[in-house]
Amino acid sequence: MKPAPFAYHAPDQLDEVLALLGDQDHEVRLLAGGQSLVPMMNFRLAAPEVLVDLRRVESLRQLRHSGDGTLAIGAGVRQSALLREPVVTDGWPLLSEGARHIGHPQVRSRGTVCGSLAHHDPTAELPALAVALDARMVLASASGTRERSADEFFVSYYTVALEPGEMLLEVRFPRCPAAAGWSFKEVARRRGDFALVGVAALVEAGDDGTVSRARLVFCGVAERPFRALDAEQAVVSGASFEEAGRLVSEAVRPMGSIHASAEYRRECAGELAARALSEAWERATGG
Amino acid sequence: MAEVDIRLTLNGEERSASVEPRLLLSDFIRHHMRLTGTHVGCEHGVCGACTVIVDGEPQRSCLMFAVQADGASVETIEGVAPNGELGPVQQAFHEAHGMQCGFCTPGFVMSLTALLRNSPDADDDELLDSLSGNLCRCTGYVNIIEAARLARERMNGAA
Ligand SMILES: Cc1cc2nc3c(=O)[nH]c(=O)nc-3n(C[C@H](O)[C@H](O)[C@H](O)COP(=O)(O)OP(=O)(O)OC[C@H]3O[C@@H](n4cnc5c(N)ncnc54)[C@H](O)[C@@H]3O)c2cc1C
Ligand code: FES
Ligand code: FES
Repeated sequence: MKPAPFAYHAPDQLDEVLALLGDQDHEVRLLAGGQSLVPMMNFRLAAPEVLVDLRRVESLRQLRHSGDGTLAIGAGVRQSALLREPVVTDGWPLLSEGARHIGHPQVRSRGTVCGSLAHHDPTAELPALAVALDARMVLASASGTRERSADEFFVSYYTVALEPGEMLLEVRFPRCPAAAGWSFKEVARRRGDFALVGVAALVEAGDDGTVSRARLVFCGVAERPFRALDAEQAVVSGASFEEAGRLVSEAVRPMGSIHASAEYRRECAGELAARALSEAWERATGG
Repeated sequence: MAEVDIRLTLNGEERSASVEPRLLLSDFIRHHMRLTGTHVGCEHGVCGACTVIVDGEPQRSCLMFAVQADGASVETIEGVAPNGELGPVQQAFHEAHGMQCGFCTPGFVMSLTALLRNSPDADDDELLDSLSGNLCRCTGYVNIIEAARLARERMNGAA
């Protein structure tokens, strides 16, 4: 099908974007990569009256690596640009490995990092990665900017903590602990499909050779990224990775769909947790 | 809605047009520019039949508005065989029988052309990653993968 008519703006300054976005009398949407919005418009699941395209705002295309080790990714940075950046592959290997699972090269070449975070599909990789890596979200409107943690940002299916007139200006990833082992695993029906279930894992080894810190965040098992606190705690207290997997299977309450039943997703979540933890552990201990 | 003036490079030629903002790039290419080699299968980004090369990157023309191509360089399947001679990826598809009905072929050729120009020494994993973005309902993919490897061999040699 074809999209409904709309007015199109592609300003080159951020304040023009924010002014247009603040228009309360019309349904205004940002257009970033269009890889989620345009399909919805083609199906007429979305019919915004005004589209504000970010493509001409040069300042938003920046990917900055600052002195304190923070990686800041602007709203115009495409997923393909993230994957091409050696700083990211070296410093945030979990982020680049996870982002590699997003769709296909033909989608990542337009889709943006911030667009995926703002859209918040519950099976999308980036929201889970943002929670796993303690990302900070910078929100901007015509009246100023504010910051939220990734954990506060993701509310529920396709819903994030953005007020009307507000946009996600950039996402900031703090430096990864150098000693942390990491792993990203997912199950999808076909390569490039949205995940049925995915998991991001981080593990650190203490001086005594046991797990001192663990982080497990899932996509596809809840209405927002799911952190398996019980399993994380169990692993730190000496539980095996298989036991942690069993705890995950018991804790998650995914919904079933035509793609996979709830039970299958629960099993996948547990198995992925065990595999991701052991891969992360191997990386942490140089094994 | 008011029409918007756009200028773009299409297969190396400067083109300008006045388009409604909601016009998809795929429809602009097919209906306005009369280049019907770009196929449209699903119009929601899944099948890859509409893949074209925009500023050097493979992209879905059904997920882009023509207004967004203002100032861009767009290459379609017609552009890879400018003098009626098959491009290297097309030639490989021909020799390896990488097609049956041919509906999906332009999309595959554009995806692979972009990949192999940007990374002529792409490994098998990168080839498969690129091919995963295009669906074929006929072949079962075996000969398409064969064609992709053949194209890599030739384009790698040429680079
Ligand atoms: C075939 C296919 C397969 C895909 N597979 C996957 C997959 O496996 N995993 C995955 O995670 N994604 C997948 N995607 C989606 C893809 O990652 C999208 O790029 C992403 O979800 C949205 O980013 P975008 O830049 O394209 O945003 P758009 O489509 O432009 O925008 C999406 C929504 O977010 C809003 N928005 C965009 N940017 C901002 C911002 N900075 N601030 C506030 N609001 C904003 C828009 O107004 C819109 O409502 C797939 C898409 C396709 C077509
Ligand atoms: S028609 Fe564009 S991806 Fe199917
Ligand atoms: S050859 Fe028929 S769809 Fe691919």
